[in-house]
Amino acid sequence: MQSNHSYKNIVVKFAGDSGDGVQLTGTQFAETNALFGNDIATFPDFPAEIRAPIGTLPGVSGYQIHFSSESVLTPGDLYDVLVALNAAALKVNIKLLKPNGIIIVNKDGFDSRNLRLAGISENDHPLTNGSLDNFTVYEADITQLTKKAVSEFNLGNKESERCKNMFVLGMVYWLFDREIQNTIQFLEKRFSKNEDLMKANIKALQAGYFFSETSELFSSQYHIDAAETPAGLYRSINGNQATALGLLAASVKSNIPLFLGSYPITPASDILHELSKHKGYDVMTFQAEDEIAGVCAAIGASYAGHIGITTSSGPGIALKTEAIGLATMLELPLVICNIQRGGPSTGLPTKTEQSDLLQALYGRNGECPLVVIAASSPSDCYEMAYMAVKISLEHTVPVMFLSDGYIANGAQPWKIKQLDELPDIQSHFITQVKEGEVYRPYQREENLSRFHAIPGSEGMTHRIGGLEKENITGNISYEGANHELMVKIRAQKVANVAHQIPLIEFDQGDENSDCLVIGWGSTYGSIFTAVTELKSEGLNVAQLHLKYINPLPLNFHEKLKPFKHVFVAELNNGQLIKLIREQFLIDALGINKIQGQPFSLLEIKETIKQHI
Amino acid sequence: MELTEIQSPFFTSKDLETDQEVRWCPGCGDYAILKSVQNVLPELGVPKHQFVFISGIGCSSRFPYYMDTYGMHSIHGRAAAIATGVKLANPELSVWMITGDGDSLSIGGNHLIHTLRRNPDINILLFNNEIYGLTKGQFSPTSHVGQITKSSPMGVADSPFNPLALALGAGSTFVARTMDRDLKHQQLMYKRAYFHKGTSLVEIYQNCNVFNDGAFDVFTAKGSKPETTLFLTHGQPLVFAEGTKGIMLQGLTPVIVELDKVNKDDLWIHDEKDLTKAHLLSQFFDKEHFPRPFGVIYAIENKPVFNEVMKQQIVDSKIENKQLAFSKLLKSSSSWEIK
Repeated sequence: MQSNHSYKNIVVKFAGDSGDGVQLTGTQFAETNALFGNDIATFPDFPAEIRAPIGTLPGVSGYQIHFSSESVLTPGDLYDVLVALNAAALKVNIKLLKPNGIIIVNKDGFDSRNLRLAGISENDHPLTNGSLDNFTVYEADITQLTKKAVSEFNLGNKESERCKNMFVLGMVYWLFDREIQNTIQFLEKRFSKNEDLMKANIKALQAGYFFSETSELFSSQYHIDAAETPAGLYRSINGNQATALGLLAASVKSNIPLFLGSYPITPASDILHELSKHKGYDVMTFQAEDEIAGVCAAIGASYAGHIGITTSSGPGIALKTEAIGLATMLELPLVICNIQRGGPSTGLPTKTEQSDLLQALYGRNGECPLVVIAASSPSDCYEMAYMAVKISLEHTVPVMFLSDGYIANGAQPWKIKQLDELPDIQSHFITQVKEGEVYRPYQREENLSRFHAIPGSEGMTHRIGGLEKENITGNISYEGANHELMVKIRAQKVANVAHQIPLIEFDQGDENSDCLVIGWGSTYGSIFTAVTELKSEGLNVAQLHLKYINPLPLNFHEKLKPFKHVFVAELNNGQLIKLIREQFLIDALGINKIQGQPFSLLEIKETIKQHI
Repeated sequence: MELTEIQSPFFTSKDLETDQEVRWCPGCGDYAILKSVQNVLPELGVPKHQFVFISGIGCSSRFPYYMDTYGMHSIHGRAAAIATGVKLANPELSVWMITGDGDSLSIGGNHLIHTLRRNPDINILLFNNEIYGLTKGQFSPTSHVGQITKSSPMGVADSPFNPLALALGAGSTFVARTMDRDLKHQQLMYKRAYFHKGTSLVEIYQNCNVFNDGAFDVFTAKGSKPETTLFLTHGQPLVFAEGTKGIMLQGLTPVIVELDKVNKDDLWIHDEKDLTKAHLLSQFFDKEHFPRPFGVIYAIENKPVFNEVMKQQIVDSKIENKQLAFSKLLKSSSSWEIK
């Protein structure tokens, strides 16, 4: 970097101990840049332990943000700037810093204790052993400076030290020529009940900013212009917020109360937290005794005429399996949100993975197809969650909505979509039978969905259950031919959803391209950016991205037919690829990563280059 | 006992029969329970489309198919969670849960205790036959130690649950016991359960004449019944054996006394609202020489009702114009305009 130069893209990584407030620093920096008008993509990366041992390598928490004057779809492979609050944070993150990149270090985090905790010998001090010679290193006694700055307030030693994340944020604001006003407003609100803490944090923020300005620590400031974005009203949003708001939007639009039955689990709990704040919209959130009770209560609520929803992650979905089969048999609406994480078993709770696709498609006893849809970005969770409710209510089928830790916690600017921009929803709940007709619970309309008479409706008492039922009457039936008919009907109901979902179009390239990359869900941004780069390097690559996986878009086969080389990129050991090979007899090649982290562009590009 | 004044019935017990053939084994205790429930419902002053019966899996759980109300035969052990969802979504409904000892005390034990703890206004009828009937005769969590069953040819090795003690421990607000052979007593208990605000748990001793025949004969047979059963009435002394014996409390120790040797005023007077006494009564379980209590052991209404609290939270934050509020909510976190 050169002095006072303008840049199009910058990637900053904040890293520190998991108690250092790194996530807050990152989200504030992201929000301020978004407000300034940059496009942003963020990637929070934190340990599964709430407070892992202080100062150790497993205790390092990070927040990566990519901000730009152009469109950005990924948090970036490598960082331009690394902010390291202690020795462990430097050691864990240095390998992804660009050559000649900037390092801002808190010298107080490199004392002998911190070095020991990070497993570094004092004879091999990273700030003096020459290992950072290829980088530009800025050192400051951030802890000491912060403590001095807030000494006038009535805070304990620990509380004073904790303000250092605001000090460092102030420093970085100055470095990128950003205003601190938005964060001041945030701190005023956040600490409105503790004036000393509020003032101290604001003071630390200002002190960090002025320290950078007056100390001449940095040789220059860096400028990143605002991005050219279509006109409209924007906000910053992460995937879990967008999921909660999308579900709520469907409830408000359809005027049907929302019922969430859920059990806390990483990384899905934020949806429960968000919806529990909105009870005034006729939202009931039931924190159940376990995952099974969560989904079962949602089924009960759906039976009583509400939008039944359950949210979880892979291990919880495994527990809900039998109940999802019941909902399929009852032909009731039910939305199951799986915010995927690394598996199997407890796996990697805070890390991302797309390894529950086959579970979503096949993971139940008996012939039990579900509608399966997947969001492609944090903001896309809004519309896809909305569509999950719409499809479920209109087709009386359970819908599995897939997101994952990467987009659930990642944030991006979102052009707000109001209710009038969303399609109408027609529910199949009824309270009256047509005159002269007798209510039959499994009587079907054209798309094979049934009408559900909700309990309390006069003249329509009926019984349903998990035993196989006779078509139309809903009576128990063990008759073989009827069972086969019902299995086919339940499959056809799911297949019929294909007529409602959009056709798929190439995101880049066309049928004349030399090869095709297919992805699904959260990998959209990484694949898109990688394909764009490959094209600029002269390779003729096309991209198709699936958001509707069961059923697939009606024209999907037609789109992939012309290609000799088909790649399927996914963060698992090869799941969508099984479906594509099996259904279309295509010799597709997998691009896979199973490290709890999103794809880097390089990883996608290298595999494609190797094969064409 | 005084119950809320009953309005004229909207329907008769006959109206509750469905077109489905009842498929329990001939002689099963379930028939008597079905009959009793069908007799009680018309007397509750509620139209039949307001009733919902939710069951799990097991012989007893076929019950909803034979009741012309709303009903769901769900999956093993989960009826309590489903019933909770129904009641939360629509508190106007009269929600009844039908379950058995395997369904609610084994696979669904977790849901049962948490439901009792939360106290939604639902009625739980627990058919206890001390055996797995539908799977043809394995021991259940209420089978007795040493019982020979298909899966315990050398005798059951594990100790049984004491269902009523479990319910009291979980924070129940209404705990009662009745038996399939006594239609009148059953009906009284079901009425009491219906009128109780909060979760009511009624344990019903139910004979499985195929896999565990006679399990409760000692309580139901004419010869032994007077000595082995204790029928409770609120405010009345604990008397059994055709009025010849009573129970006294010496401190917290119950003692059986001959009535002709004590003053009747010194007997233990049944108080449904006394938790300590309810705990003691629930322990008349494997206590030698003590009769088994039947009736309402415990009933209080001073604990918050879960569905009411949940509803109140919605009412308290009620938004009049949801569309407008939602539009603002979308914008509420710091948004910015690009022109």
